[in-house]
Amino acid sequence: MANSQPPLVPCSKGLCGGKGLLTLKEGAWSNNPLAIQMLGICSALAVTNRLESSLVMGAALIFVSACSNLFVSLLRKHTPHRIRMIAEVAIIATFVILFDQFLKAFYWDMSKQLGPYVGLIITNCIVMGRAEAFALQNPPLLSVVDGVANGLGYAVILAIIGFFRELFGTGQFFGCVVLGGEWYTPNQLMILAPGAFFALGIVIAIFNALRGPQGEENKK
Amino acid sequence: MTETSAIVILIAAILTNNILLTNFLGMCSFVACSGQIRTAVGLGIAVTFVLTMTTAINYAVYYGILISAEEAAELGRAAPLLSTDITHLSFIVFIAVIAAFVQLVEMFVERFSPRLYFALGIFLPLITVNCAILGASLFMVIRGYNFAQSVGFGFGAGVGWALAIILMAGLRQKMNYSNIPEPFRGVPIAMIVTCVIAMAFMGFAGMVAIQ
Repeated sequence: MANSQPPLVPCSKGLCGGKGLLTLKEGAWSNNPLAIQMLGICSALAVTNRLESSLVMGAALIFVSACSNLFVSLLRKHTPHRIRMIAEVAIIATFVILFDQFLKAFYWDMSKQLGPYVGLIITNCIVMGRAEAFALQNPPLLSVVDGVANGLGYAVILAIIGFFRELFGTGQFFGCVVLGGEWYTPNQLMILAPGAFFALGIVIAIFNALRGPQGEENKK
Repeated sequence: MTETSAIVILIAAILTNNILLTNFLGMCSFVACSGQIRTAVGLGIAVTFVLTMTTAINYAVYYGILISAEEAAELGRAAPLLSTDITHLSFIVFIAVIAAFVQLVEMFVERFSPRLYFALGIFLPLITVNCAILGASLFMVIRGYNFAQSVGFGFGAGVGWALAIILMAGLRQKMNYSNIPEPFRGVPIAMIVTCVIAMAFMGFAGMVAIQ
């Protein structure tokens, strides 16, 4: 994907080839939007009580952030600086509406289950942050890569939290009973609100521990 | 659902269905701005005000313009200005209303009360992207509140959010003196503490219930 950059890209081709992979790695792992930058926490907590809804939400975010990054980047030379925020919000909201209508048409149950949280992708700081920090300065294809990478980084964390909350909260995996029988009593607290906060706290702490001492700037 | 009084919804929105502790809305500014009690109070007041007003405005917009004529008749409401169904645009309309309202408040406060402007100044633009504001408007539509209930819910949600962030700020000020394990410093411990606060708030669960 990285080598198929169109000629209109201002930077040299070789550099962009390397940049694509670097952007991907940075978004998905070393600068993970959720675990490192603490963006988009709201939806990460709200939809992760089941693995299935976590995955749908992750897919939604990949779609929205990739598409909105593409269009913000395409329009970046034509957007007056003063009104760029509202332009970004309008672009993001358009794609969120598309995804919401898609869910309502084909996966009504899922749409009901996610409730207002699909609409809340509009105010998800990840999408807005990437549009503002990356897509405004970079060519379209690279911006799409960045959007996908950040969406992916978010989706992976969501899947991890969703997996453990569903497993410990209901003893199930994708709706099939894994932990059951007499020896395991499902811990209801994990699917309720406190479990969400707890799970996210632990996941971020593990990320911090894995990254080692360079996580210093996150301290307050 | 529709016969629940606005007062009950207000109390429920503050205690049992706290928008932050049970619906996880407004987490970003909750984590970022809960360092000091003073900032938390300022932000809490600003959010409460904007939440109350925008739920009221969005209520009027949704049932006055966006909804289709047939649906309005079905719900026993007055006919909307536009008879076509454009509820699929509600996300973009809601966020535009919120952004415009925040901008308006900012200009108004700057003109008439410079002191308040400097106290709240930095927080006002932040409110636009606070998901609690948009979330409250979306919940209002999903739960089918009437006008009084919507305003009660908006106000209650704001007070509940302010309560949570002030509690958190107080705890975080104390936590500055404790020895927290290295990887847990910063956001992770804030999450764990929020978990404990949320558990404490579950104690209110039996009092009132809305859904």
